[in-house]
Amino acid sequence: MTAVLPERRTAYDVERIRRDFPILHRTIRGKTLVYLDNAATTQKPQAVIDRLVKYYSEENSNVHRGVHYLSEIATAAYEAARTTVKKFIHARDEKEIVFTRGTTEGINLVVSSWGRHNVGEGDEILITAIEHHSNIVPWQLLCEEKNAKLRIAPVNDSGEVILEEFEKLLTKRTRIVAFGHASNALGTINPARKMIAMAHANGSIVLIDGAQGVPHLEVDVQDLDCDFYAFSGHKVYGPTGIGVLYGKQALLDAMPPYQGGGDMILSVSFEKTTYNALPYKFEAGTPDIAGVIGLASALDYVSALGLKNIAAHEHDLLEYATARLEEIRGLRIIGTAAEKASVISFTLEGVHPHDIGTILDQEGIAVRTGHHCAQPLMMRFNVPATGRASFGLYNTREEADALIAGLHKVNEVFHG
Amino acid sequence: MSSDLRELYQQVILDHNRTPRNFKELPGATKKVEGYNPLCGDHYTVFVELDGDVIKDISFTGNGCAISKSSASVMTSTVKGKRTDDAERMFEIFHKLVTGEPAGLSEAELGRLAAFSGVSEFPARVKCATLAWHTLHSALQGEQEVVTTE
Repeated sequence: MTAVLPERRTAYDVERIRRDFPILHRTIRGKTLVYLDNAATTQKPQAVIDRLVKYYSEENSNVHRGVHYLSEIATAAYEAARTTVKKFIHARDEKEIVFTRGTTEGINLVVSSWGRHNVGEGDEILITAIEHHSNIVPWQLLCEEKNAKLRIAPVNDSGEVILEEFEKLLTKRTRIVAFGHASNALGTINPARKMIAMAHANGSIVLIDGAQGVPHLEVDVQDLDCDFYAFSGHKVYGPTGIGVLYGKQALLDAMPPYQGGGDMILSVSFEKTTYNALPYKFEAGTPDIAGVIGLASALDYVSALGLKNIAAHEHDLLEYATARLEEIRGLRIIGTAAEKASVISFTLEGVHPHDIGTILDQEGIAVRTGHHCAQPLMMRFNVPATGRASFGLYNTREEADALIAGLHKVNEVFHG
Repeated sequence: MSSDLRELYQQVILDHNRTPRNFKELPGATKKVEGYNPLCGDHYTVFVELDGDVIKDISFTGNGCAISKSSASVMTSTVKGKRTDDAERMFEIFHKLVTGEPAGLSEAELGRLAAFSGVSEFPARVKCATLAWHTLHSALQGEQEVVTTE
């Protein structure tokens, strides 16, 4: 069949942007890299790489400790990065920005610190059927420890949370609701604002797993009114190993520390330790200073391009690739929500996703294959695994074309 | 198509993937072991009917990629009727073959197993090719738990 392809809409100089990403110009097995695994991790612009080099070459020192010049410079850069993050997600105060290792640690922090003190026997925690394992397993551990119950809001065949069911599952015992802003496996963008309002009307706290939200959507935590929002730096063009947990100040203030160590204390004696103020209470030990500074530089880069422009460009790629994928014999897209981030999960009749991945790799095309750390979701759609192409701010229609050509080749290998 | 890819997806592999042999449950099985690769989700059950030291019958069920499924299929047809120590020896040879070590056998002696020589160019796929063999090995060792290749 001939698909009707959407008109190219955005005035967005993707070729100029691509020049900012050195890795995009390397070859893989003699072919130019086509990187379509952005939901796993994104590539880094030269500005971020340079910032890390500058920090280690000219500024490296520990923060909040020394009175010497370098420590002052490093501390200033570290705290300026916190302000950058605050502005990026529109938080009210720097105190609400806690640096973590990533989304997973942010969720685990809330589970350990807030959860352990606020969830008891018979209480309920509500998540959805399309969560990443990192937004399932920490809650399961808590439920096991507290004898609490994990409730799962179902999704329809398009991969959208069924809001009536979600609302029905909010009970007097629901202490916290946790869900992804956008699904890593299907691309579904959840109606977060609406779901948060429903949960709040029920008196429940809300945590948003923003790992796939921050790279694709303008996030305003005050407008969303979420209580916690966790995300990772490496999925938004920053370094690996650094992430952010946003929490409303009143909640963070009332929470006990997550880990003990340096930086999180005011005074220590063997009789009693007084904890430091927010956000330092949750930042025990020497933090990933370079990572924090690199993250700020990534957020500056993204802000300079404009999230609205990025979202429009990615949406164009999503529509274009979705339409062209319909050409491929036996291809089925898993996840057809009305609101989607630029993530396309698919299966190909008679070909296991792992084989698709190997054949595309020979063409220099990087996609993810497997269960995407969302096994319950795979069961919901009755597939053992999928292939997944996820687009970022530097991808092009030509790269979507390369994917299509690669998938034709997969069919050729398997079906002749 | 690249020659590596043609080497990997040889006709024997595509054929055994499309129509796997001995792909059924075995009611008379004396051993039944599951093999699982949590990374890619490949999941098989291998059924073995032993008669003393001889693999009287063998079958498998489950799902996974072309490499793992065809390997399971070729394995069952290769070891059926063989003594268990011969089957273990075949596993050693097969393992060398897919990891690029000299297997010490000619292509004729390897038979259909030779079709998997291309796997050695794809280190990420060695686990796929050996999953069923690891599972059979556990069954012959008398283990009953789920075997993983992680």
